[in-house]
Amino acid sequence: MIDLNPVSPCAGLLPIKIGALRLTEAEAGTITSLSPYKGREDTLSDALKAAHGMAFPAPNRTTGKDGSRAIWFGLRQALLLGPVPDAALAKHAALTDQSDGWSVVRLSGPGAADVLARLVPLDLRDGHFRNGHTARTDLMHMAASLTRISADSWQIMVFRSFAQTLAHDLKTAMQGVAARGGV
Amino acid sequence: MRIDGKGQIDRTRPVNFTFDGHRYQGFAGDTLASALLANGIRLMGRSFKYHRPRGVLTAGSEEPNALVTTGLGPAQEPNVRATTLELHEGLIARSQNRWPSLGWDAMAINDLAAPFLGAGFYYKTFMWPRKFWEAVYEPIIRRAAGLGALSGEAVTEKYERAWAHCDLLVIGAGPAGLMAAQVAAEAGADVILVDEDTLPGGRLNAERLEVGGVPGTQWATDLADDLAAMPNVRIMTRTTVTGAYDGGTYGALERIAHDTAMRPGAPLECFWRIVAKRCILAAGALERPVAFQNNDRPGIMMAGAVRAYLNRWGVVDGRNVAIFGNSDDAHRTASDLIAAGVHVSALIDSRHHATCDLDVPFYAGAQVSNAEGRKSLEAITISRASGVDKVQAECLAMSGGWNPSVHLTCHMNGRPVWNADIAAFVPTEGTIPGMSTAGACRGDFSTRACLEGGARAAAEVLEALGLRVPQIEMPKAEDSVYEITPLWAVPGKGRAWLDFQNDVTVKDVKQAATENFRSVEHMKRYTTQGMAPDQGKNSNVAALAVLADATGRGIPETGTTTFRPPYVPVPIAAMGAGAQGKGFAPQRFTTSHAASVEHGAPMIEAGLWYRPSYFPQAGETHWRQSCDREVNMVRNTVGIADVSTLGKIDIQGPDAGALLDLVYTNFMSTLKVGRVRYGLMLREDGHVMDDGTCARLGEAHYLITTTTAAAGQVMRHLEFVHQCLVPHLDVRFMSVTEHWAQFAIAGPQSRALLDDLLDAPAGDLAFMGCGDVTVDGIAARLFRISFSGEHAYELAVPASYGDALFRELVTCAEALGGGPYGMEALNVLRIEKGFITHAEIHGRVTAGDIGMARMISAKKDCIGKTAAARPGLVEDGREQMVGLTPVGAIKKLTSGAHLFNQEDEVVRVNDQGYITSAGFSPTFGCFLGLGFLRDGLSRHGEVVRMVDHLNGIETLVKVQDPVQFDPEGGRTRD
Repeated sequence: MIDLNPVSPCAGLLPIKIGALRLTEAEAGTITSLSPYKGREDTLSDALKAAHGMAFPAPNRTTGKDGSRAIWFGLRQALLLGPVPDAALAKHAALTDQSDGWSVVRLSGPGAADVLARLVPLDLRDGHFRNGHTARTDLMHMAASLTRISADSWQIMVFRSFAQTLAHDLKTAMQGVAARGGV
Repeated sequence: MRIDGKGQIDRTRPVNFTFDGHRYQGFAGDTLASALLANGIRLMGRSFKYHRPRGVLTAGSEEPNALVTTGLGPAQEPNVRATTLELHEGLIARSQNRWPSLGWDAMAINDLAAPFLGAGFYYKTFMWPRKFWEAVYEPIIRRAAGLGALSGEAVTEKYERAWAHCDLLVIGAGPAGLMAAQVAAEAGADVILVDEDTLPGGRLNAERLEVGGVPGTQWATDLADDLAAMPNVRIMTRTTVTGAYDGGTYGALERIAHDTAMRPGAPLECFWRIVAKRCILAAGALERPVAFQNNDRPGIMMAGAVRAYLNRWGVVDGRNVAIFGNSDDAHRTASDLIAAGVHVSALIDSRHHATCDLDVPFYAGAQVSNAEGRKSLEAITISRASGVDKVQAECLAMSGGWNPSVHLTCHMNGRPVWNADIAAFVPTEGTIPGMSTAGACRGDFSTRACLEGGARAAAEVLEALGLRVPQIEMPKAEDSVYEITPLWAVPGKGRAWLDFQNDVTVKDVKQAATENFRSVEHMKRYTTQGMAPDQGKNSNVAALAVLADATGRGIPETGTTTFRPPYVPVPIAAMGAGAQGKGFAPQRFTTSHAASVEHGAPMIEAGLWYRPSYFPQAGETHWRQSCDREVNMVRNTVGIADVSTLGKIDIQGPDAGALLDLVYTNFMSTLKVGRVRYGLMLREDGHVMDDGTCARLGEAHYLITTTTAAAGQVMRHLEFVHQCLVPHLDVRFMSVTEHWAQFAIAGPQSRALLDDLLDAPAGDLAFMGCGDVTVDGIAARLFRISFSGEHAYELAVPASYGDALFRELVTCAEALGGGPYGMEALNVLRIEKGFITHAEIHGRVTAGDIGMARMISAKKDCIGKTAAARPGLVEDGREQMVGLTPVGAIKKLTSGAHLFNQEDEVVRVNDQGYITSAGFSPTFGCFLGLGFLRDGLSRHGEVVRMVDHLNGIETLVKVQDPVQFDPEGGRTRD
C-alpha cells in the first residue's frame, strides 16, 4: 500500500519574515480557471453568483472575499480560488483545475507596495491600485498575477515551478526595503 | 583650509578617511572634495592624456578633474566624483591615471610631448606599418591615457531596481523645483521631487541668499520638511535623473546614504524608472570656465564652486584668492570671501564698464592670461590694454557665465536655442512630451525669477491635470539682473583648456577647424571634446564658441552637439540589478527536482527548466556508463523519467476539434474519446513548428502536449489563430503544464509496475490510449504513449503529489531491476527509434524533410499547408532526415558535423548536409545519429564523409533509415 503525501509549491521556502514584512504561502484551496463560452459571459456570471455568491470579475478586478474569490486572469478568463466549482458552471464555461499549478503567496506589512515596486512595473499607488484590484504582470521575467487584498497585503501568483525564484526575488526586495526603513 | 563657524557640516562628528593611503579627517556633511581641500590637499588627479596635475574644478556632478577610485576588490569603483562623494567613516579613496604616485607621475612626460599629441595625433602618427595599430600602438595609447579602471571581478555589492509612478515629477529641488513641488502638492497632485544632492535647496546651499526673510538653506529645509510630511509627496535626494524616455518615463540613479547602504540587505544604489504624467525640469545651471593659458592648474576653480565650498562646507582653497569673471557673479564671490575674512588679491572683470564698490584690487576690462605653479597655483598674470600685471593667488575663482542644464530636454533629439541676452543655450519647449522647464535651466537666473517660474510651471501642470491651482504666497527673494559680456577664450600663447576631462584645448578646436572639421559634430569627434564621462558639461558651449570664432560664424549657426542619456554615469550593476548570475532568468524546477538531486543527478538547463542529465550509481565514473546503463534498463526492465516540462494545454468547447484540425496537419476531430494521436503543427510559412500528442478526454475536451522548448510558442500560436483567424470558433484553452506532474514509465516491466502501483489495474489500455485512474485515491491520468520505442506509459498526477509519486515510482522500478533515467538516456533511446526533437525540427525543415509529408492531410486545410506546397519547399535537392552510423576508422559521430560526398573536396559549396543528433547506442554497440542529407530519403545505404571542423573529427558514415530500433513497432504496441 503506497501513501502519497502532497507537498505545497512553497514548502521549505516560506514563510519569510523581515522586519514587519511577511511573506507567507496562501491557502488558496481549489483553483479553477473559468473561461466563458461564446456569449455566455452573463449566464456564467449569474451561475457564479447563484453557486458561489460572486459575479464574474471585470478586467483587473476581483469579486468575492478571502477564501472564495474570483480573480480576473486575462481575456475571458477568471480564476476561482477556494471552493470546488459548482457543476452547473460547466454549462457556461470551460472549467480547468489549476489547483496545483500555481505558487500563491501573500506579502503583507507596511511597505509591501514598496517591495513590489522593486519587482513589477505597475502603478501601485493607493488611489490607482485599490483593494480588490488585480493585474497580470511581469515579475522579474515571470508571468504573475498580482491582487491587492488590503492596504498592506498583496497576493502574488506565479507558476508552481517558479516558487524558488519568486521567494528569492521577494526576499531580496524585502531586505532592501526593510534596510532603508532601518529595520 | 577650514573657516571657523562657516558651513553646514557637523563639526561635532569627525569622520576619518584615507586618500592615496594617507589618513585624513573631515566632518559629517563633507564631500571627499571639501574634506581634502580642508586638509590642504588640492592635487586630486591627473589628466586624461597629458597627465597634468589637476585639482577640483566644481562642487557638483559635472566635475571633470577630481575623479577617484573607491573600494577594493570587486567593490572597486572607478571615476567617482570627489565632489559628490559623501564623506563617511573609513572611506578609502585613491587617485587615478598616475604611476607611481599622484605627486610624481612618470607619464607626465606626455605633457612635454604635447606638441605631438594634439587632436587627431594618432590618426596621423601611427599610420605605418599598418598592422602595428592594433597590436602595438593602440594598446600603448590606451594604457597611457585613461581614467580609473574596474577591478575585473564580478560585483558583489547589492544593487536595486525599482519603479515609481506619479502625477508630477520635479527634477531639481532648488528654489524653482521646491516652489513647483509645493504648488502641485497643495493642489493634491502626487509629486515626486528628486535632487542629486544630499539636501534640498540647490544653489541656496552654496550662496548667502535669503528667501522669505530667512537664510535660503533654512527656507529650503523647512519647505522640504513640510512637503515630506504630505502623503502625496515623495522627496528623493541623492537621486540623479539620468534620462528622459518614451511615455513619460525617466531613468534615475539613487545613491543610498552610506550608513543605510551598510545595513544588511541594503543596496548601494538603486536605478529607478519613474513614470510621470507630467514633469517639470528645474535642473539649474552649470557655471562655465574661461579658457586661458594653464587654466587647469590645481587651485583654479569655478567661482560658484568657491562660494559653495566657503558657504556650505566652510572651506577655502588658499589664503589669498583672485577672482576672474565676466558677470556680477564674480563680485558676489568677492563679497562672500571678504565677509568670511579671506584675503581677495584681485577681482578681474572682463567687462570694461564694470564697477565695484568692494574693498579689493579691482581690474575692469582685464583678463587673466596665464597661471603659474605646476601642482598648485601660485600666481596669475592679468592682461589689460594698459599692460600686464602679475598677482599672487593661491586660488583663482573663475566664471565665464552660466549654462542652463538643458541636457534632459535633448534626450529625444531636441536641440536647445541660443539666447544672446544670457549668452547661453536655453531649452526648446516641448521637446520631451509632458516636460516643461522652470528656473535657471530655462535661463531665469535670479532667485525671485526661479521661485515664480516654478510656481508658474506647476500651475500649468495642474490645469492640464484638471486640478485647482492653490493660492500660495511668493516668498521674498533677490531679483538681481544677470548682466554678462561673453568671454570664451583669452587670446594668447600656450595651451588653454576647454575640456578638462578629455584634455582638449583651444588649439585643438582651432586645428580641427583648420583641417576642415567645421561641423560641430565633426569637431567633437576629431578632438574628442565632450566625449569623456562628464559628457562635456563644462566645455561644450565654450568649445563651439571657439569653433564659431575660428570658422567665422555665429554661435547659433554653428549649433551645438546634443546630449544623450545618461546625464551622469550609471553603473551597469544598477541597471541590471538582480539579473546577475542565476538572476539572469527565473529558474523552473520540477516536482522531482529534490529527489533527482538526492540521487546525485547533475541537473542541466532545458530552457528555464532544470532536468536530470543522468542518475549515477556507485562505481560509475563517467556519464556514459550511467547513460548506457539507463538505456539498457529501459530496454530490458523499466525506467522512470520526469516529463512534466512538456507543455500541456487543456482545450475545451464545441469547436475544439475544428480548431485542432486547423492547427495540426492531421485530423484530430476524428479522434475517439480515450485515444491519443501524434500531431504535427506547421508555422504559417509551412515549416514545422512543433510536434506532440493530442488526447481526447471527452466529446468537447482535448489535452495536447507540446515540446518543452515550444510550450510558450504553441500557446501563443493558438491564441493568435483563435483571436485573429477563427474568432468565430467557440473554444477555450488553458495551460495546465504546471498543474500536472507527469512521469514516463518505460520498458517491458512498465505494465507490471503500474498494475502494482495503481489502485485498480490499468487493464488492457491499448497503445495510444488514455484514461482516468487513481493512485492512492488520487485522481490521475494515464496515457499509453512512448518516446523510447518500448511498451510505455505516462502517468500524470496533480503536481502536489509529484514528489511523492516520483519517489514511489523509482522505488517500484528499482524493485523490478529498473530505476530513474535522465536526459542523456532519453536522447539515446529516441535516436535509436528515430524520433525527432527540436534538434531536428529547428525551424528550417518541412514535414517532407523529416519524412512526414503524408501527415499533411489532403482532405482538409491547415495552417501552413499552402505555404508548405511552395516549389522551394517541395522540390528535389532538399536536405532530408536520415539515420547515420560511423563506418570509417573513427567510430564516432558528433552533432554539428557536416556531410560531404566521399569524392568531393571539403568546401562549403560541396556541403551535403549536417548531423543534428548523435549518441552512443548501447543497444547496437555503436554511435547512431540523425541528420539532414541532400535527397537523403533516397540515399539509404550510401557512405558519405563526416567532417567536424570544430572538434577536428572526420570519418565515413553510412546513411540509413532513421528508425533503427524495432522498425515494426511491435515492442511499443504489444
